[in-house]
Amino acid sequence: MSENTRKFKNPVINWIEYRLPIFSFIDDSVGSNYPSPRNLNYWWNFGSLAGVTLVVMIATGIFLAMNYTPHVDMAFDSVERIMRDVNYGWLMRYVHMNGGTMFFIAVYIHIFRGMYYGSYKEPRELLWIIGIVIFLAMMATAFVGYVLPWGQMSFWGATVITNLFSVIPFFGDSIVQWLWGGFSVDNPTLNRFFSFHFLLPFVIFALVFLHLWALHEHKSNNPTGVEIKGDADVIPFHPYYTAKDAFGLGVFLIFFLGFTFFAPNFFGEPENYIRANPLVTPAEIVPEWYFLPYYAILRAVPDNFIDAWGILPVIITAKEAGVILMFASIIALAFLPWLDSSKVRSAKYRPIYKQLFWVFVADTFVLGYIGAHPAEGHFLLIGRIATAYYFFHLLILLPLLGRFEKTRPLPESISASVTNASSEEGQ
Amino acid sequence: MGKIFIAAGLALGLSFGVFASDASASSGKAAPSQEWTFDGVFGNFDRAQLKRGYQVYQEVCAACHSLSQIYYRNLSEIGFTEDEVKKIAAEFEVPRGPDDEGETHEDGEQIMRAAKPFDKLVQPYANEQAARAANNGALPPDLSLVTKARKGGANYLHALLTGFADAPEGFKMQDGMSYNVYFPGAQIAMAPPIDDDAVEYADGTKASKDQISRDVAAFLTWTAEPELEDRKRIGIKVLIFLIIFTAMLYAVKRRVWAKLH
Amino acid sequence: MAETASDTHDGPEGEETRRDFLLISTIAVGAAGAAVAAWPFIHMMNPSRDVLALASTEVDLEPIEEGQSITIVWRGKPVFIRKRTAKEIEIAKADDAATMKDPEADGTRVKKPEWLVMIGICTHLGCIPLGQKGSDPKGEFGGWFCPCHGSHYDTSGRIRKGPAPKNLPIPPYTFLDDTNIRIG
Repeated sequence: MSENTRKFKNPVINWIEYRLPIFSFIDDSVGSNYPSPRNLNYWWNFGSLAGVTLVVMIATGIFLAMNYTPHVDMAFDSVERIMRDVNYGWLMRYVHMNGGTMFFIAVYIHIFRGMYYGSYKEPRELLWIIGIVIFLAMMATAFVGYVLPWGQMSFWGATVITNLFSVIPFFGDSIVQWLWGGFSVDNPTLNRFFSFHFLLPFVIFALVFLHLWALHEHKSNNPTGVEIKGDADVIPFHPYYTAKDAFGLGVFLIFFLGFTFFAPNFFGEPENYIRANPLVTPAEIVPEWYFLPYYAILRAVPDNFIDAWGILPVIITAKEAGVILMFASIIALAFLPWLDSSKVRSAKYRPIYKQLFWVFVADTFVLGYIGAHPAEGHFLLIGRIATAYYFFHLLILLPLLGRFEKTRPLPESISASVTNASSEEGQ
Repeated sequence: MGKIFIAAGLALGLSFGVFASDASASSGKAAPSQEWTFDGVFGNFDRAQLKRGYQVYQEVCAACHSLSQIYYRNLSEIGFTEDEVKKIAAEFEVPRGPDDEGETHEDGEQIMRAAKPFDKLVQPYANEQAARAANNGALPPDLSLVTKARKGGANYLHALLTGFADAPEGFKMQDGMSYNVYFPGAQIAMAPPIDDDAVEYADGTKASKDQISRDVAAFLTWTAEPELEDRKRIGIKVLIFLIIFTAMLYAVKRRVWAKLH
Repeated sequence: MAETASDTHDGPEGEETRRDFLLISTIAVGAAGAAVAAWPFIHMMNPSRDVLALASTEVDLEPIEEGQSITIVWRGKPVFIRKRTAKEIEIAKADDAATMKDPEADGTRVKKPEWLVMIGICTHLGCIPLGQKGSDPKGEFGGWFCPCHGSHYDTSGRIRKGPAPKNLPIPPYTFLDDTNIRIG
């Protein structure tokens, strides 16, 4: 091993490097010795932005935890004490609150970028799946975290979502009781949610490490979707992408802290500033914005649909179907590498897919809009159509499209695309 | 087991009832936008207004509404001196707590002491049940966070307080309710609380209904967001720093990448 | 192997100075920003405002009679307040000249001779000395006596005999008026 030790100028660094080759590890991972495609655009910034946000969330979260009391009688007041009496408590809490939103924004863009450029395709399937697992862990973390302030939405959101598990055949009710540690969302529930909310970010951190490990094995995908073929295709990560990521981070922080300081409750629900009351349900239970599309899918299945179509009405109800669809909508993403049958990665060379991609993005926005409104009238109808299209895109369109789409010719290599596309691209 | 089933069923029923119904739960007319000193990036509270608002809260609202997140000491932030805060606090009584012998009551009466700046504002009712019993079953909400807990914030409060009217012909009112278009469902258990000259301002401001509503809405914005001024002041500095720093990072990025092209 | 990894982007001198200046100033600005951003985290662990609101205690001395002591709690610690008798004051002053472990004049330990205010924690191992109630043992010097290891304090709260190394400490306090003090 020691024969491979690299030499650095600084003798202290050398001394450490000889015993623990951490500097060459950093250099190989995000340094000058990590070759990256030379043509990554700004959409590739969002991975590092999500990573930075995770660190911000963990840092603010640890300091918030020092002042938070996970007890139903004290949780709400302890959060208000953080907002009023703890030094910079309001800042810490608003950064954490808006950080959740920013984390999801960064990750959603990151996921959509992967879809547009076909980043999930061979040999990056596992990289993609680990990403989906991170996403699921984020959703779990966000959900249990939202319960902690013990406002009305905290309580009723927890009640509604935990009740979803009651659809599990035979064991449903016992599982829900097990989740609650009682017969309703109560003190034991709040306590364990706090524990999970503290634990899960570190699980995410470990998963991110795996995600990066898998990334470094085959290096980043790039806007052409053509693999790296030689030295002309790559540039060292440092200083090129460190500089680009740093600039992107600056812009992101302006957006992030702009909301934090000047519209801290923009993404929040007023109802959650009312103390939880198990005897009064809010007029409308609305999840945080990042869950809205799934919430729309959950509510999309018509009550009479299953009876009318005679599909297994005995063992499956509309509610169960809704829950299954909601989980399926995320699980389906994990199968994208196999659902998408095209050999071409990037949408740049797939004229039809490129348009369908944007239709799909629009569809998720429609679902989000529907999720924010009561499931009735035309909202319900649009919600159903959008849900159907979501699955139609993933399960029908993508497998078929690869077989019939006429793709545009791929560039010879990354470097070839850079030399003749700089005028055409315009970015 | 039966009890478990009922409890779970109730929770389920409630949650899914929400999905299914709710056609009736109109959210009330949207409140018109007013001008506030605390609006915008540079907005600040008007201390004189907050003091008037506190007077309105104390003389009008405090009979029914608590302000549970606020301590007397907080009043020094809206312009009362330390001595004034002490004097205000001393007008109220709080339970004294056990003495050396562990006594908290004398002749069945709780032993009281004068409130101190470190005490929370004394609440009108001992508990929720007492509050409901005194108000026809309706619970006057705690007001400390009310502007954050309602869509429209201070605009909503101002609109609500000035928005009482006679119910239109044919509108079915329940007993003891008042008509107010800004309240969800247009029926509110609170009687119109404010009239012209409901209070007499020490600073000579004319106490019109509009002025009183405005002042108390501003005061309650402060109780909900006491950090507002610090937040904006620090926020401006942070954003100026970030914009300069990001511009520098952009220049660095350009220079680094210039070698490639 | 054994290549220097760090000199790949070191260009010729002069040509690079402008970039270096830009780079160094950007790094400096970023480091300054990070340092300032650390402050909210550090300050968050300092006592919060509700804690500070209880950091000082006001005591009304009116009801305390001569020769009587009270104990109040200040920052979680017992504070002894005694209205000393003329005789006690006299003894305390007379003993100023005596040999003591921790010599201190009575005059420096009180703001007004009749009012002795001190933290009632034995300086030996933190027990609460006896002597506040009339029936308590007051030790050989008529002040306080710590039952744990037998430290004797005099009428000025000074250690006179026993293992304790220091006099009972005096908390910061001020007289707001004749009969009201603020401790802390």
